[in-house]
Amino acid sequence: MGQVTLRGVSKHYGTVEAVRDFDLKVMDREFLVLLGPSGCGKSTVLRIIAGLEDPDEGTVEIGDRVVNDVEPKDRNIAMVFQNYALYPHMTVHRNIDFPLKCRGMPKPERDGLVAEAAESLGLTPLLDRRPAQLSGGQRQRVALARAIVRRPEVFLMDEPLSNLDAKLRVQTRTELIELQRRLATTVVYVTHDQIEGMTMANRLAVMNEGALEQVAPPSEVYAHPASLFVAQFIGNPPMNTVIGKPARVDGELGIETSGGQIPLTPGQCQAVEASSAESVAVGMRPERITIASSGPLPATVAVVESLGSEHHVICRLADDQEVVVRLGTDVPVPKEGARVHLGFEAGHLHLFDAATGDRIGL
Amino acid sequence: MLIFAVFVFYPFARNIYLSMYSTPPFPNLPSQFVGLSQYGQVLVSHNFLNSLWVTALFVVYTVPAGLVLGLLLALLAHQKLRGIRAFRTVFASPVATSVAVASVIFFTLLNPQVGLFTYWLGQQDQLSVLDNPTWALVAVSVVTIWQNVGLAFILMSAGLQAVPDELLEACEIDGAKRWARLRHVILPLLSPTIFFAVVVGTILSLQSFGQIDLLTQGGPLQRTNLLVYNIYDQVFNQNNAGRAAVMAIALFWITLVLALIQIRLLERRVTYAN
Repeated sequence: MGQVTLRGVSKHYGTVEAVRDFDLKVMDREFLVLLGPSGCGKSTVLRIIAGLEDPDEGTVEIGDRVVNDVEPKDRNIAMVFQNYALYPHMTVHRNIDFPLKCRGMPKPERDGLVAEAAESLGLTPLLDRRPAQLSGGQRQRVALARAIVRRPEVFLMDEPLSNLDAKLRVQTRTELIELQRRLATTVVYVTHDQIEGMTMANRLAVMNEGALEQVAPPSEVYAHPASLFVAQFIGNPPMNTVIGKPARVDGELGIETSGGQIPLTPGQCQAVEASSAESVAVGMRPERITIASSGPLPATVAVVESLGSEHHVICRLADDQEVVVRLGTDVPVPKEGARVHLGFEAGHLHLFDAATGDRIGL
Repeated sequence: MLIFAVFVFYPFARNIYLSMYSTPPFPNLPSQFVGLSQYGQVLVSHNFLNSLWVTALFVVYTVPAGLVLGLLLALLAHQKLRGIRAFRTVFASPVATSVAVASVIFFTLLNPQVGLFTYWLGQQDQLSVLDNPTWALVAVSVVTIWQNVGLAFILMSAGLQAVPDELLEACEIDGAKRWARLRHVILPLLSPTIFFAVVVGTILSLQSFGQIDLLTQGGPLQRTNLLVYNIYDQVFNQNNAGRAAVMAIALFWITLVLALIQIRLLERRVTYAN
């Protein structure tokens, strides 16, 4: 069974804490994406699973055995590297064959498997070429072929699409998902690109500064970010956050900002009171905000960006905080410099403790 | 360009000129134009053929051994170990040692009375190996290998560092054992470096002079009379610039032809990444 379990894993480089007290369970046949900004430790986690790095503490399990002391080659994993790591002096055929050859498999059997892997990735006509004679996308497929030829339990992929151009990346994304479904294996995929994360993952594991922020399906991460970091990291344009203090106006609890009072639902009021947060970050997705002539937050339209399919209206509140509003093309777009009011449903707001970044309420 | 003219082109032309004149037995007599006939005489002379043979042996003794040792040390020094930098410096240090210093060190080590090597070999108070017709060339070769290891080490280390870590990690995951990794991945990727080291090493060996001059002066029985030393000997001890000029031209052609053959032969088998 191809599940991967990390328990209490940590890793230091000198004084730098790359991974802290990390617990993660990747299910069998799951496509799990480790997502985070560069330097957050996601590659280190992947390399610890691969066995290229030893954790300082904690255990790594693949299937149902602890593999801390197992060599990378015996972990039944395959890895696709960012720069593909193809052997430049070998033909495509020998590149794909190499892991089988290292395991001492007899040649006729190897040839069959290589042909099969090459066929499934459309590499058959390229078998006699060398990596230098291939395009980026073709090299990427050779790297995949070398990984699948061994039928590993778990695939580890370290930003495999980052060296491809934008168009090829979208295409390869789809191919990767199809490949994973067809092979029915577990994939742990590292990326800093939230679109890759959102589109490919069964579950997203969002990391920041060596620790897990949230592990959940992409839609859940988007709809209910567990922390301020996740809220601001996922989504494009990113979620707007306005900082304010809980305050009562006419007996109603709301968040008072210098730009205006933001009303809350009864549930949110309870949560804010229970959290005893002194300062609250209110998160608003750009597509959940409306522009009207009246509403709780007065603002001035600074810039309107047209993307064809949508408009991004960048507004300034009275205290100069910026709020981006996403409007469809079917809605009238305000002029730059216009004075408007921003409206939203309280139920669509996300509340975070501004000091700790923790989510307040559901 | 001027520097080239003064130090390369002029001596080259002058050398060709000299090679066509027989040098008179006494300094004040005029030299005589003999044309190419001097070549015929010199190139079949026992003295020249012996030099040629000794030089060939010397190249065969020194180049492969220096290379293999340099590669082994470079592989050792490439490990991620504490204090490895100190070893790197030590391994590379022969490069910074002049031929003269190296020769003196080995001369002392091989001294029949006080030499450490002689003591280890149990050869005290016997004839020094440097005076032994059978072993003198080997002894000189050992000094040269020791000197060349530094350069080979530096070249190989640079080559190893150019092998991407990702490739070695891929090897680890693909399950290549130490030897397979060396043979199938590291050596092919190092081949351009090895190729370069072979060509440079051969040329350096062909031009060895200092260690001969200091250790054996071409003896015993001319067994270490390498071409360059022979040329020097002809000019400064035998006062025969004409013969020396012919040998110099012969050495030039030998070096050129060898280098070309190596480039032809090896280039076909060398992998250039990307």
